[in-house]
This record gives sequence, structure tokens and C-alpha cells, in this order.
Amino acid sequence: MRNAFADEIVQLASEKKRLALLSGDIGNRLFDTYKERYADRFLNCGVAEANMVGMAAGMALSGLRPVIYTIASFLIFRPYEQIRLDIGYHNLPVVIVGVGGGLSYASNGGTHHSMEDIAVMRAIPGMQIISAGDAWEVRAGLRAAYESGKPTYLRIGKKREPLVHKDRIADFKIGKAIPLRDGDDASILASGNLLPFAKETSETLSRQGIETSLHSFHTISHLDEELLNKLFKREKPIFVIEEHNRNGGLGTAILEWANSQNRDTRLIHRLGAQNEFFHRTANQTEARGMLDLTAGHFLNRILEVTS
Amino acid sequence: MSELQQIANELRGIAIELSFKGRTPHLGSSLSCADIIAALYWEILDINPQNPEEPQQDRFILSKGHAVTTLYAALAKKGYFPVEELSTYVEADSRLPEHPIPGCIPGIDLATGSLGHGLSVAVGMALANRIQKLDNRVFTLLSDGECNEGSIWEAAMFAPTHKLGNLCAIVDFNKWQATGRSQEVMSLEPLEKKFESFGWNTYRIDGHSFDELLSALRKCESSQETPTAIIADTVKGKGVSFMEDDNNWHYRIPTKEEVELAKRELGLITLNS
Repeated sequence: MRNAFADEIVQLASEKKRLALLSGDIGNRLFDTYKERYADRFLNCGVAEANMVGMAAGMALSGLRPVIYTIASFLIFRPYEQIRLDIGYHNLPVVIVGVGGGLSYASNGGTHHSMEDIAVMRAIPGMQIISAGDAWEVRAGLRAAYESGKPTYLRIGKKREPLVHKDRIADFKIGKAIPLRDGDDASILASGNLLPFAKETSETLSRQGIETSLHSFHTISHLDEELLNKLFKREKPIFVIEEHNRNGGLGTAILEWANSQNRDTRLIHRLGAQNEFFHRTANQTEARGMLDLTAGHFLNRILEVTS
Repeated sequence: MSELQQIANELRGIAIELSFKGRTPHLGSSLSCADIIAALYWEILDINPQNPEEPQQDRFILSKGHAVTTLYAALAKKGYFPVEELSTYVEADSRLPEHPIPGCIPGIDLATGSLGHGLSVAVGMALANRIQKLDNRVFTLLSDGECNEGSIWEAAMFAPTHKLGNLCAIVDFNKWQATGRSQEVMSLEPLEKKFESFGWNTYRIDGHSFDELLSALRKCESSQETPTAIIADTVKGKGVSFMEDDNNWHYRIPTKEEVELAKRELGLITLNS
């Protein structure tokens, strides 16, 4: 996904003269093309995330449209107050791109995991949150975030994630989930890195005679309420898949929404990780296995509930 | 008394009245920076109060947002909003809260109050000016206590790297922070050497001498390649004998009698006399 981001930001910068890219001393070589073409609009901000976020706010207050980029865990947790006040409180058009969301950097240890980032970003009023499910969603999400002119957190994976969409997503809209499969027995809402697993799960279920609808629920703030209304009316289980702790993520956002709308919250099943620090040594694939975040685990859980 | 001193004292008088009226603290901090703010707004900043949205003008960020009463006074007197509106300070839904809210009044770009934010934002503005080929400058005023924040030093390291000659950071070094002597809380000194070693053009001056203030502030020019840091030695509560260097006035609210006495000392005509 990061290569898609690096490629798309070059294209976007050619169209948007006010775009400036700020990076937190990561992405060695990743932005070479961008730097070659738009050297005056690229800043390596060093290992100083609080300053990077504050500077982005200053640039936005002075007419530019900054996109800031570093590893999600460092970008969200360290400078959270700068994000909350300088960007959020001022409602500034800054796109905050967190690379390696969830367990992308699992092998680097807990310092690099971001399994609570969505929870804390959801708490900032007006902050849009997009969690990209594949490289095409990264491209579309970046453009939509930039065009919106609103503070936006774009959470992306790292590299070699399978593609779910076949091509550029023409009608990507913030707050509008993308339908991927139909089915009446249950619905699956997936956001971010685990979208390919959700698709695999839905396909396997179909082979076993259970038809699930599947949506890429890329926007966590603001929710696609039209879709949620439709799904809750079916009175069938709703499974929410995300590479994030269960507390505070998309599943929680939907629970809160359902409660506020007097919907049956018992229909919701949050298939995220337990709200615990992950202390084991593991790469992303292994960590997902240990945390029950694989297509196999999702399949078993859905079969348990639906049978 | 010079004209600038007269203006600075009028700003002090307003800050004292607002603290009394609104029952809000931080008066000592508002008084220590009154001369700096007067020098900036009356002699240094190239600004257009009638059109604050116009990009081609100098910008000022009051990073020590707790001293905003002095800034409100300056902005009102410069015509950013009616002077009479000062009387609405901290009233419900006033445009003049105890710490500024985003967009509360023209002339205030950044809502400050949490320390350690203004310098990074000012660096971003200075970068934006350069990217957009504007030769305007960005000034920001920090408190000494604020220099405890790590983000200040991140920004201090970044600005010279990018040769931001259009940036000037002023530290209102009044030697006190909320609960103690700033030097005893954290070793700030030698503060000018710290900025100098980070790569700034640094001036250590008497922050109550207009000659020294103007001379140092005029050193900030967009054409140069080094940002300017001015360490202004000031006295907390400056201008009022019973408030000077007494840190109780970080939180104390003046009584009516103290307001009268202070204004008399500042050479101001009191409202009721």
C-alpha cells in the first residue's frame, strides 16, 4: 500500500500546487520521484513528530494543503495533542497518513503496533478516518481525503497486500462503504488490512451454503448510516472485521451508532483483537494467527453464530 | 514617557482590568510581555488590521496563550475589533475567551493555551511563505516555562536546518513559571546559548528597553538564511510595583483597590477619576 501511496502522491502533487508532503524520516527512496519533481514541496521532518504535526497546521493556516506521513504508531500516539489541537480544534485540511497500520510492523514489536490508533482518533471531533483495504483504496482514499479539505486520518498497510479491487475506484466516497458481495444470511463489514481475509471468508462461507454480504467499510468516521440502517433491518448477524483492538475501533463505532438508533446491538459481532498489549515475537501473519485475526478464525466465528 | 511606553502601559492597564473583571489569572505573564507586544504591533509587524485574511502580511503567534489579555488589548487598539468589545471578555459566548478559540477574533490565527505549540506552527507558516514566494515574516512569542516542552526544541532544531530567516522567536524570559523559578524547575540557562548552538541568530536583550527590543526585532529579515531568537529578559508583573517579580500574580486576581493603584502607577487615568 505504501508504494501505491508514493505513486499516487506524485500524481496528486502534479495536479495540486498547494500540496506539500511531510515525512517523519521514513520511506528511504520511497519518495525519490516526488522529491525529484517537487523538491520545494517535500520536507523530511526528522524524528520529531510533534513538530511535524504543528508545522503542518501552520502550513495549512497559511494556505497550503499538507499531507504528513510516517509510521502510524508514531504519528498518532506521540503527537496526539498536536493532532487534537493544532489540526482537529482548528479543523484544518491536513491529511494524516499512518503507514503500517495494525500489525503491519508486527515483527518490530509492540512499539510499532497500532491497534488503538482508530480508537483515539475517533475521539477527536470532526476527524475523518479512512482505513484502506487495498492499494486501490489507498489511492482513492488519499484523493478523497485531500479533496474533502477536512482533517483526515488515512490509515494504510505496508507492502504486498493482496488487491481486492480490480482497478481504480471511480466512485470512492468518504462515508460510503463499497459493496463487494451480496448475501442474505449475514453481513460482513471489513475495514483496512484485513479486507482480503474478509473476502476469503465470505467466499468460503458461500461454498458452504451461507451467503454473506461483504462491504469494504473503509470510512470509520463518518459511518455509512444508510447501509447500516439497511443491514440492521435485515435482523441478521453483522460481523465487523478489523486489524485493531475491539475496544474503540470500527466495531465499537457501529455498536455506539446502533445503540443511539435503538437498533438491536446483539446483532453486532466485533472480530478485532482483544484489548491487550501483544507481547509475543511474531511476524504479521503469525501475529494474526495468535490474535484470531485470520480467515480461518473469522470463518469459525461466523459459523458458530449463524449455525 | 515615550509613546511606545505609553501604549505598552495602556495595554497593561487593559490586561489588569480584564483580569479583575473576568476574575482570570496569569496577570503577571500578561504584564511581562506588554512591551514586546507593543513594539511588535506598533513598530515591527507589517500588517493590515482591516484585512487580516490577506496572505501578504507578517504573522504573529502568541504561543504563551495565557497572556492573551495583552494581545486582545493590542488587537483592539490596532482596529482588529472594536475597543468597546473588550468589556465582553470571558462573558458567555464572547469572542474573547480566557484562552483564544480558533477564529475567535480577526488577528488571532492559532488557539493557544497548551504550551509548546506556537513555535512549530510558526515554522510551518514560515515554510509556507517561502513555498508560496511571500517575503513576509512570522513572529512568535514564547514563555520561559514553555521552553520546558520538548516540541519547542524539535522546532528549534528544524528551523535553522531549513534556513528560515523569515522566522523570529521571542522568549519572554520573566524567570518564573507557574510554581517556581524557571531556572530551578529546569535548567534553561544559558538560554541564548541553547538557541545559538541550535543555529539561530540570537540576541539577549532587556525586554523592557524599546531601543533593544526594536533593534533586535529589526534583525529578522526574510532575505537572510538564519532564524532569529530573541531572549528578552523581563520582569513578571512589570510596571506595577506590588506585582513585579512576585509569582503570586501568576494566579492572583487584583482587588478593585489594586486595579486603581496599579493604573495610577502606570500613569493611566482611572475610569472613575
